[in-house]
Amino acid sequence: MKDQAILFDYILHLADNQLILGQRLSELCGHGPELEQDIAITNIALDLIGQAQLLYDYAGQLDELGRDQDQLAFLRDAHEFRNVQLVEQPNRDFAHVIVRQYLFDEYMFRIYQALTDGLDERLAQIARKAIIEVKYHLRFSRNWMLRLGDGTDISNQKMQAALDRFWPFTGELFQPGITEDILTKAGVAPELKDLEPQWLEAVTATLKEANLHVPDRPRQRSGTGSGKAGIHTEHLGHLLTEMQFLQRAYPGLKW
Amino acid sequence: MTREQIRAILADVTDPEIPVLTLEDLGVIRDVIIRDDTVEVVITPTYSGCPATDLMSRDIVRTLRGAGVENVIITRRIDPPWTTDLLSDEAKQKLKDYGIAPPVWMREDQSVADITVPCPRCGSTRTELISEFGSTACKALYRCQDCLEPFDHFKCHR
Ligand SMILES: [Zn+2]
Repeated sequence: MKDQAILFDYILHLADNQLILGQRLSELCGHGPELEQDIAITNIALDLIGQAQLLYDYAGQLDELGRDQDQLAFLRDAHEFRNVQLVEQPNRDFAHVIVRQYLFDEYMFRIYQALTDGLDERLAQIARKAIIEVKYHLRFSRNWMLRLGDGTDISNQKMQAALDRFWPFTGELFQPGITEDILTKAGVAPELKDLEPQWLEAVTATLKEANLHVPDRPRQRSGTGSGKAGIHTEHLGHLLTEMQFLQRAYPGLKW
Repeated sequence: MTREQIRAILADVTDPEIPVLTLEDLGVIRDVIIRDDTVEVVITPTYSGCPATDLMSRDIVRTLRGAGVENVIITRRIDPPWTTDLLSDEAKQKLKDYGIAPPVWMREDQSVADITVPCPRCGSTRTELISEFGSTACKALYRCQDCLEPFDHFKCHR
C-alpha cells in the first residue's frame, strides 16, 4: 500500500466515525426525550457531520478515485466504511444514546488532542477546530451520565444496561487498523495503547461518580472483526440504506 | 477595486441567524485577496456544522455581485480556529442590545455551572441555565429570575 493510500484509509476511518455517529444522533431530531435535549443532540449531530465534512474533504484529495465528500459519504457500501462498530449501534433509548456518546466523547477528546500535536499539519488543523466542540459534547454526555446513573433506580438500571451492552465495543477503539501503525510510527496517528489507560481511568472515575459499575465482561467481542477493516454489525447497513437513499435513487441530485 | 473597498462592501453582510451582527463583527471574514479581476474572500466557519456557513457564502457572493464584482470565489480557512475571542466589543454591545447575552468568558477548568451570565434585559445576575444548547449551536438558553424573561447566551467558544 502506498503512503497516500494509507493516510487516505486512516482519515476515512476518522471521518466515518463522525458521520455515522452524527447520522445516528440526527435520527433523534424531533424524537428527543424533551425539547432541550432534542436540540442539544441535533446540535451535536451537526458538529459531528461538520467535522466529517472537513475530514472527507481532506480524504478526497488523497483518494485515487478522486471522490468528493458527498461521493465518499453516500456512494460507498457498508464493507467500505471504516468506522468503529460502537458508533453504528442503534439508539434504543436515551440511556443508550448517552452512554454511547460519553464513551466515544472521552475517546475522541484524546484522539483529537493527540492529533493536534501530530506531524500531519492538515489533520492537526482539523483537530484544533474539532476539539473545542468535543469538549462541550463531553461536558453534555458526562453530565447526563451522572444525572441518570445517580438518578432513580430505574434510570440507574437503564444506564447500567446500556453500559453493559456497549462495553464489549470499547476494546476496538484502541485496536489499530491494519496499516495504522505505519502512521503512528511516522508521528501522524496517535499511539492508541498510550491513550487507552487514560481513557479507562477517566471512564472509571465517571462511572464511580455516577453510581454505575464497570461491567464484568471483556472489552473485546470475541470472534468478530474490526469496523476499521470494514467488518460491521448488521446495523450499519440499515443506517446506510436510509442515509444514502436519495443519492442512490437520484444520482447526483443537489438541494 | 481595492481590498479596502471590498471590505467596505462586505461590512453590510449580516449573519443569517443573528441579523444585528455583521460577518465582520463575528470574525468570520478572514481575508480578502484580489487577483486580476477575481476577488477571493476567505472565511472561517464558526462551528464545524454551522448550517449558516453556506448561506454566508451565498450572501457574500450576492452582495459583491450587486456591487458589480462578478468573479468571486469563497475559500474556507479553519486554522486558527474561530473562537468567540474574535467578537469585537462593538459586536458584544450589539448582541446585548438585541437581547442576547454576550459571551461570558470561561476558564479551561470551568464548566457552564461556574459562570454567571447577566440578564441582557435587566442586568440581574440572578439567572439560571435552562439548556446548554439553545436555538442554534452557538447559543445557550437561560432564564432571568428577576424579570422572568428567558434569553439566549452567546456561548464562550474557545
Ligand atoms: Zn432580567
